[in-house]
Amino acid sequence: MEKIPNQKAWFLVLPVFAIVAFSAVIPLMTVVNYSVQDTFGNNKFFWNGVGWYQELLDPGTELGGRFFASLWRNLAFSGIVLAIEIPLGIVIALAMPREGWGVAFSLVVLALPLLIPWNVVGTIWQIFGRSDIGLMGWAVNRLGFDYNYVANPIDAWLTIIVMDVWHWSSLVALLCYAGLKSIPDAYYQAASIDGASRWAVFKAIQLPKMRHVLVIAALLRFMDSFMIYTEPFVVTGGGPGNSTTFISIELVKLALGQFDLGKAAAMSLVYMLIIIIVCWVFFTVMTNAGQERRGAGGEP
Amino acid sequence: MEGIAWMAWTPVTAALFVAVALALGAMSWFALARPQPERVGILGIATTRGDRLFLSLVLAAVIHLAWIGLIGTAPIAALPIGEGIEISSLWLATAISLVAAVVVFRVV
Repeated sequence: MEKIPNQKAWFLVLPVFAIVAFSAVIPLMTVVNYSVQDTFGNNKFFWNGVGWYQELLDPGTELGGRFFASLWRNLAFSGIVLAIEIPLGIVIALAMPREGWGVAFSLVVLALPLLIPWNVVGTIWQIFGRSDIGLMGWAVNRLGFDYNYVANPIDAWLTIIVMDVWHWSSLVALLCYAGLKSIPDAYYQAASIDGASRWAVFKAIQLPKMRHVLVIAALLRFMDSFMIYTEPFVVTGGGPGNSTTFISIELVKLALGQFDLGKAAAMSLVYMLIIIIVCWVFFTVMTNAGQERRGAGGEP
Repeated sequence: MEGIAWMAWTPVTAALFVAVALALGAMSWFALARPQPERVGILGIATTRGDRLFLSLVLAAVIHLAWIGLIGTAPIAALPIGEGIEISSLWLATAISLVAAVVVFRVV
């Protein structure tokens, strides 16, 4: 039977298109419009050309200084968080049971932090870290460390990093576990016949087989931590000083605190460009990983 | 126009979005009229024409921002119209972006 090409189904996408236009494209256009103008309220706008971008990209100006400071801060945060969560996730996944009741148990326990709303995670750690009524803060202080995340930038960073590790290592662990489960037993049997050590098995079998999942986990965690807002906002509010003011917090201060719409628009567009590029890399890696796997599956 | 005053349209940004919309429309028509299969370029990934347009636009944004940040927007020439219309050096970034777009469409 000859197949008649019919693309009319595409019209079914129109409602989604309309909703996206309303909720995303129109606001995005408005942000672009704001980014080249200045306003003092009352819907009066004045042309500023690329002035805000010039200020934004010049670290010597107030706006540029704030932007680059929060950008480096955010990149450092993402780097630290990745450096902890990826190895930790691998170790947890390797330690998880392969069969029996322990599988379901550990999966549920690992999924718990992922189910808690971000706001609540922030609140939990905000209270947990307090030195007067918080269990952790009180205990650490009683052990003789002068820990106070409200006043000391390093303590604030430690709190936020530990919180993020607590919140998101499970995701990495679950992804790695899925990668490990997909390795056929034959590989392990071959390794044991060869007398391979535990480390050799990890290096030659488990790590290569987890490569794709790890790339996905790393990119996912990078994007999430690069866009982090709620948890540090709840725990430290960006302080002490500006020490935990990440880009999204800086952006909200600029847009909704100072109502500098032009500056905020320019900053959010540059921010969005970075996110778009990372998203594109993420998407490309994901789709190509899928194709490779399909290709490998097709071979005899 | 009162209803969309909050969107703060300017002729320049309007022209930008009209251009992007036209490019998307033209590419859609082109894809239907002259379908072209995916092809693997120097990035080692399969790309369609739409992917290449996307890459060109992102690259153009990066080139313009890099130009503003690293070189600036000092005027390079003035058109002898009226009091003289200054031409920003940012147009050089636009020219580079166009060249980059051509390169992307050919090799990626």
